[in-house]
Amino acid sequence: MALEAGVKAPDFALLATPDQKVSLSEFEGPVVLIFYPADWSPVCSDELSVFGAAKKLFDDHGAQLLGISVDGPWCHEVFKEKRHVPFPLLADANPHAHVAKAYGVYRDADGTSERALFVIDRDGTVAWSYVSPVGVNPGADGALRAVEALS
Amino acid sequence: MSESADLTIPVRPQDHSSGPEDAKLTVVEYGDYQCPYCGQAYPIVKELQKKFGDALRLVFRNLPLSDMHPHAEAAAEVAEAVALQGKFWEIHDTLFENQRDLGSEALMHYINDVGADVEQATNDIRSGAPRQRVEADFEGAIRSGANGTPTFFVNGVRYDGSWMFEPFAEHLQELLD
Repeated sequence: MALEAGVKAPDFALLATPDQKVSLSEFEGPVVLIFYPADWSPVCSDELSVFGAAKKLFDDHGAQLLGISVDGPWCHEVFKEKRHVPFPLLADANPHAHVAKAYGVYRDADGTSERALFVIDRDGTVAWSYVSPVGVNPGADGALRAVEALS
Repeated sequence: MSESADLTIPVRPQDHSSGPEDAKLTVVEYGDYQCPYCGQAYPIVKELQKKFGDALRLVFRNLPLSDMHPHAEAAAEVAEAVALQGKFWEIHDTLFENQRDLGSEALMHYINDVGADVEQATNDIRSGAPRQRVEADFEGAIRSGANGTPTFFVNGVRYDGSWMFEPFAEHLQELLD
């Protein structure tokens, strides 16, 4: 089951580019983790476009958006460039899906993650989480409200 | 989304709407003039308007996804500027029918094609009012849980089904019955 509000968010260090890692604990402000099943799938692309477009509303609250999927960093590079995703996409690939598992959003049947959102507060605690049906793009409203509630 | 994928900004008099105010069905479309899916939805929405007649009111609001569609913002501002001259639906239709070419020169032609004053429209765009309107629409879309383009809200609730003609018409018909 997905981690819920009040639980300590597991830290991680994942490749954001083929040679650069990003860890959760390095961010001082709130973080929005956007777990999505795969680069290039139609729903995921839309979901990331919406978050990309909404980025300025999250920026107003000093919140960092991070996308996470089990795709490798090279795949993320091309996807990010082609789709103009304006925030890091992290590769939860080595070991496979270990962060998705730690957050309770791994889909055993297809080896990817759920379509899930987590808002982590400044102290590294989960403030809000949501798992969307995998075929439904959740939109950015819930995460935005959760981030606004923190400030 | 989630808990409530509800339209946070109710339909207001300043909205661009087509159809009776007291229609049983109000469909709010958040769209992007350069988005190919919105272009695909455009004739479908027309068909729905035809089918449901006075039972349906259509409202169009802007959700330009500029990272993906470089001309979307400019096209939306042109539409809002032309709307100030009372020709919103004319320019809306023209933009969707010509979405392959939304470069700045083409946009000027479209303003002229729909019989609006190009100089007036350009001045209005410079004033920043159309941009503010597009930004306000955009923020309302995000807060309402819009999840891509197009996103439709039917009577205030996000419609997550297919917007192909048959399933969409079926959904609307169910609400009428």
